[in-house]
Order: sequence, then C-alpha cells, then structure tokens
Amino acid sequence: MQMTRRDTLALGLGAAALTILPFRVNAAAEDKIAEFTGGAETSGTGLTLTAPEIAENGNTVPISVSAPGATAILVLATGNPTPGVATFTFGPLAGSQDASTRIRLAGTQDVVAIAKMADGSFAKASSTVKVTIGGCGG
Amino acid sequence: MISRRDFLQVSMAASALLGASGFGSWSRLAAQQALTQDQLLQFDTFGNVSLIHVTDIHAQLKPLYFREPSVNLGVGGNKGAVPHVTGADFRRLYGIDDGSPSHYALSSGDFAALAGMYGKVGGMDRVATVINAIRADRPDALLLDGGDTWHGSYTCLKTEGQDMVNVMNALKPDAMTFHWEFTLGSARVQELVEGLPFAALGQNIFDAEWDEPAELFKPYKFYETGGVKVAVIGQAFPYMPIANPGWMFPEYSFGIRDEHMQQMVDEVRAQGAELVVCLSHNGFDVDKKMAGVVKGIDVILTGHTHDALPEPVLVGETILIASGSNGKFVSRVDLDVRDGRMMGFRHKLIPIFSDVITPDAEVAALIDEQRAPYEAEMSEVIGQTEGLLYRRGNFNGTWDDLICDALLSERDAQIAMSPGVRWGPSLVPGQDITREDIFNVTSMSYGKAYRSEMKGEFIKVILEDVADNIFNPDPYYQQGGDMVRIGGMGYRIDVSKPQGERISEMTLLATGEPIDPAKSYVVAGWASVNEGTEGPQIWDVVESHISKLGTVPPIDRDSVTVTGT
Repeated sequence: MQMTRRDTLALGLGAAALTILPFRVNAAAEDKIAEFTGGAETSGTGLTLTAPEIAENGNTVPISVSAPGATAILVLATGNPTPGVATFTFGPLAGSQDASTRIRLAGTQDVVAIAKMADGSFAKASSTVKVTIGGCGG
Repeated sequence: MISRRDFLQVSMAASALLGASGFGSWSRLAAQQALTQDQLLQFDTFGNVSLIHVTDIHAQLKPLYFREPSVNLGVGGNKGAVPHVTGADFRRLYGIDDGSPSHYALSSGDFAALAGMYGKVGGMDRVATVINAIRADRPDALLLDGGDTWHGSYTCLKTEGQDMVNVMNALKPDAMTFHWEFTLGSARVQELVEGLPFAALGQNIFDAEWDEPAELFKPYKFYETGGVKVAVIGQAFPYMPIANPGWMFPEYSFGIRDEHMQQMVDEVRAQGAELVVCLSHNGFDVDKKMAGVVKGIDVILTGHTHDALPEPVLVGETILIASGSNGKFVSRVDLDVRDGRMMGFRHKLIPIFSDVITPDAEVAALIDEQRAPYEAEMSEVIGQTEGLLYRRGNFNGTWDDLICDALLSERDAQIAMSPGVRWGPSLVPGQDITREDIFNVTSMSYGKAYRSEMKGEFIKVILEDVADNIFNPDPYYQQGGDMVRIGGMGYRIDVSKPQGERISEMTLLATGEPIDPAKSYVVAGWASVNEGTEGPQIWDVVESHISKLGTVPPIDRDSVTVTGT
C-alpha cells in the first residue's frame, strides 16, 4: 500500500510530555504551606475546594474555594514546578469568602487549599485532579 | 413500615419459563413457541407511577445479536460486585438456568449456540410494541432515554442522527440525556435539540467559557403523573471532552458536578417534587458512588456502561436501574409514591426477543423509510465470518482483533490500536458480513485511521493512561471506555496496581521480542480525539481487509494476560 506524506502525519496525542505517574509533591509546596500557617495544625472543616475529578484541559482547570469567615485562602498546585497559584485575602467588609480561578496543571496531582480563619486557626482541603491523554470513550 | 426490599419483584422475565432442560435439546421454533410476548410483558401494575427506561441504543433500529461481556472486572470497592459479575457466576447470582432465555439475553457463554436457538434481539419496532403495551396499562408512564441514541450505524452517520430523531420521536419520549450525540458537533446538536418535542436534560452540561449551566439543556423537568409531582434530572456523560473529541463541541464543559446535582435535588424538592428521578449517562459505578454522595434521589436510571441487570441495585434509599444497550432491553419501573415519598417499587427488565415480540407496524414502516435511501449500499455483502465476532468486554473482542488485523495489513504497521468502546453488535458463525455490519462497529464522526511512529516508552504511557481510566479504584476517576484494543503486540496487566505499574511484558508478536522503550514502532489506529487526524476512514480499511479475506476464520487470541483480579 502506498503511503502519502499526509497519511503518515503523526497522531500527535498531544501528550508526549505527559508522564505516567502522578506528579510528586514539589518540596516548594510544603514550604509555602509552612510559610502560610507558620507551622500551625490545620483542620479538615470550614473550607470547600471544588475541582474536577478529571481535567477536561490540563492547561485551564476551573477551581473554586469557599471558606465562610476566612481572612485568606492559599491555593497550591502541589505537583507543578511552581506550586503557588494564588492567595486570596478578604477584608472585614467582604460579602463572602469565595473565589474562583482557572489553573494550569502539569499532570495528575493534588490541588490544595488552606484557609486562614478570623480566629487564627487554619483549614485545609485537597482534591486530586487527573490529567489524562483521553480517548476511548465507551 | 414495609421496607422497599419487600416490594421487589424479581423479574427475570423468562428464566422460569423453560426450566433447566439444557439448551441442546430444543429447536429454535420450540424455543420461540415456549416464549410468548404475553409472558415477556407480564407485569402486575403497581403503585401510581411508571417509568420506562431505554438507553445506549447506538442507532440500532433493526434486530441484531449482542453478546454480553465475559470479562468485566470491578476494582476497589466494586471488585466482584454487580455489574462486574459475568457468565456462569452471573447466572448463579441471579438464579438463572443455563440455556434459558435469560442466560442468552443477560450473560455470556454458549452465545453462538443460544443465538441459533433464540434468534436476534432488539429492533426499535419491537421496542415500540413493548412501550405501547406498558402505556396501555399506564397511559401516563414516563419514557426516558438515557442517550447514546444518535450514534452507531450507517444511516445515523449519513443522516447525522436524523434517522434516530425521526424514529424516537414516534415513540414519544418525555426526556433524554446525552453522550455520543455531541460527536455530531455542537452546531448539529443544537439544531436537533431545538427541534425535539421532549426535554433535553443535563444538569452537568455547562457553558465552557462562563462555567455556568448551558442554556440549551435544562437541568431538570417536572412531570405530573398518577397524581404525583415527578422531577427528572438529567446527567450527561461527565467526560465528554476527554473521552471524545472536545474540539467538536468546544462550547461545552461537563464533569460529574455532584455538588450541583445536590443543589438541583434540593431545588426540585423545595418546589414540591414527590419523586426525584435521575436520568443518567454516568456509567454504573459512577452512579453507584454518586447515589451515596448525593442525598434525595429516589431512582437513578443508569446508562453508558451497557450493563443489563435483572434487579435494581440499592444504595441507601436510592434504586439503580441498568437497562442494557442496543435496544436489547426495556426497563419498566412501577413506583408507589405517597405522602411525598417513594414507598415501594416493582421492576422488570424486559428482554426484546425479536422473534417473539410483534413489531409495531407504524414504527417498522418508519424505520424502513429511514433506511430505504441507503439499503443497497448497506446490504452489500463484503465477506463471511466462520467464528463469532463480538466486541464487548474489558479487553480485545474478536471484532477488535479483526479491526486490528485490518489496520496492521492495510496500513502496513507493526502495532495497531483500536478504541475500547462498548458499542458494536455481534455476528454469529456463518453470517454474512455486510457493509452495514462494518459500520455498526466503526461508524463515528472521527473515524480516520492514522499511521504514526511511537517510541516503546510512549506506547506504555498510553496503555497505563487508558488502564487507569478503567481500573482506577475510585469510579469518579474512571473516564469511560474499556481498555484500548491492541494488535501486533502482547502485554500483561495487573489491574490491582496503581498507574504506571499495571503494564508489563510488552512484546512485539511478529518477532517475539520485548518492546524496546527507546525504539520507534509504526502504529496504526483510529478514533483519535485530536483535530486534524489524517488517513482513510476505518470502515474503508476494514472493508478492504475483509473483502481480501473473503471468509474470516475464527479468531481466538490470548495476547493479553490479566492478573490482579
């Protein structure tokens, strides 16, 4: 069978750089958390992190955080080369303590949010977001 | 108070009819005579609400053969749980006699022999007869279509779904949700949806730009039936842009969005819903998890994973109904709703034995009308098969092996990849293979067969990635299909391992040598989700291969070794 150049065009799964293992937690993420909390304990309640289970597009993943009564919320993409995403700060007149943004994820990893509450305590939430090659959808 | 379980009427339609006589002893005629339409439809109308569920029809208007999977592995908490029970184990679990009509309809094993005895299944004209019979009992029964309706056949591809819209409209559904429909492209979807005389639902269909509910699809709709206020909430396939080409419908975003589902349930309850039904295309395990996360759903009509279960599965106060695929089954669910509560249910998964159920003449004529312009080209015989050709199962079916063979020889490749889709009817030994049969297992709007070079290392990345999309222990991280089908290469998979450690012993079958991570291999495949994929259409590749073979010999391969089950 004769092949034309066009026929042999690469499939280009668009994911040649994708590694197979979930990205390891970047040490810089631990540092950021320590810096934000000053090493204080974090609780699991009071903060809601909403993220997709599987990213439709790893380059722009919608996430939102909500922590009623928080003064600041730190968001980290723990597996990215630069884990820091944003720190949202809320003044005393803020109507609500919610924020939404879109972030880029280098691969499957945990997105972590930490809220600083008005009483000085901290809450933490984490969500695994999978970045996949896709296809094969039954 | 009487528990819901007390109301359960075990309903394997025909398992008790013939007894355990062993299947070799009757002629097909006897089998058909013993099985009557009245028996298949027999149902003691119960309560005050009836739901009729069809799903994953995949544009199969005519009767067909469809072999249920012999390999359907559950992982994590779903290991060994339905629907991950197959063959004889499935029959033992539900008390189904070997060789019975229920054996043939619901499980694998002796498929070709039983197909010879019981004949074809499905056909939307037969489905119409069943729906009409249920409506005769309960005129205001709700007919709900779980999606994957406008995809999967020659006529559906050529008419861009119009044939299915025309036939389904004649059945008068009350609502529908979606998956493969979106692969028609968002403009065509909009055109068809705007013309539907029933509700197009999907609480998880969002506008991609603004991340808010898409205007074209409503999250839910209210119905007044049997004096009960019923809310039906739609749930489209959550992983559309990942499992299928997102560039064909860039305006939309999906996801499970179970928080939003909870909001919708709360909203409809606040508006007085006495019964909350979720019409879902999540897939069974995702629905099972969602039923435990979202509170207040009474019934989930599941779809996507093509499972046919003769009894509902209960998760807390929610019942899950799995109604099979390809028009092979219709589920009837009768509910007793009183004082704003579901007090009980009665359910029957009705198998559509095509030779037993009389076709509805009006719908039969409508189907023939859709097919007439294409009949000559569709019915052309390309070859014959000596063995059983089927697809459904976690790993390669014989249809996939044949498609991979076609890719290897017609595209001059070392390794072939074919998508792990769940659709595609079966052909029994001795059957002609027509052009229509080839389209039934290949037709799609992105069917071009690519040819590419891939490093051994990258082939492993692909296999690990796809394997995690089916064997991740958390159903919410399972993206969709079965395992990618591979030709020209063998491998071993341990489904219990995490991503990156499942695949080993990748071997090039032509030489018996291990796959070298650093070496490039010529890979042919189809159904790439990437825009701009080039090559001949897969159905042309397969047709060319089969016409050269003339007769396709029986296929029996064991190039995939599965462990960790």
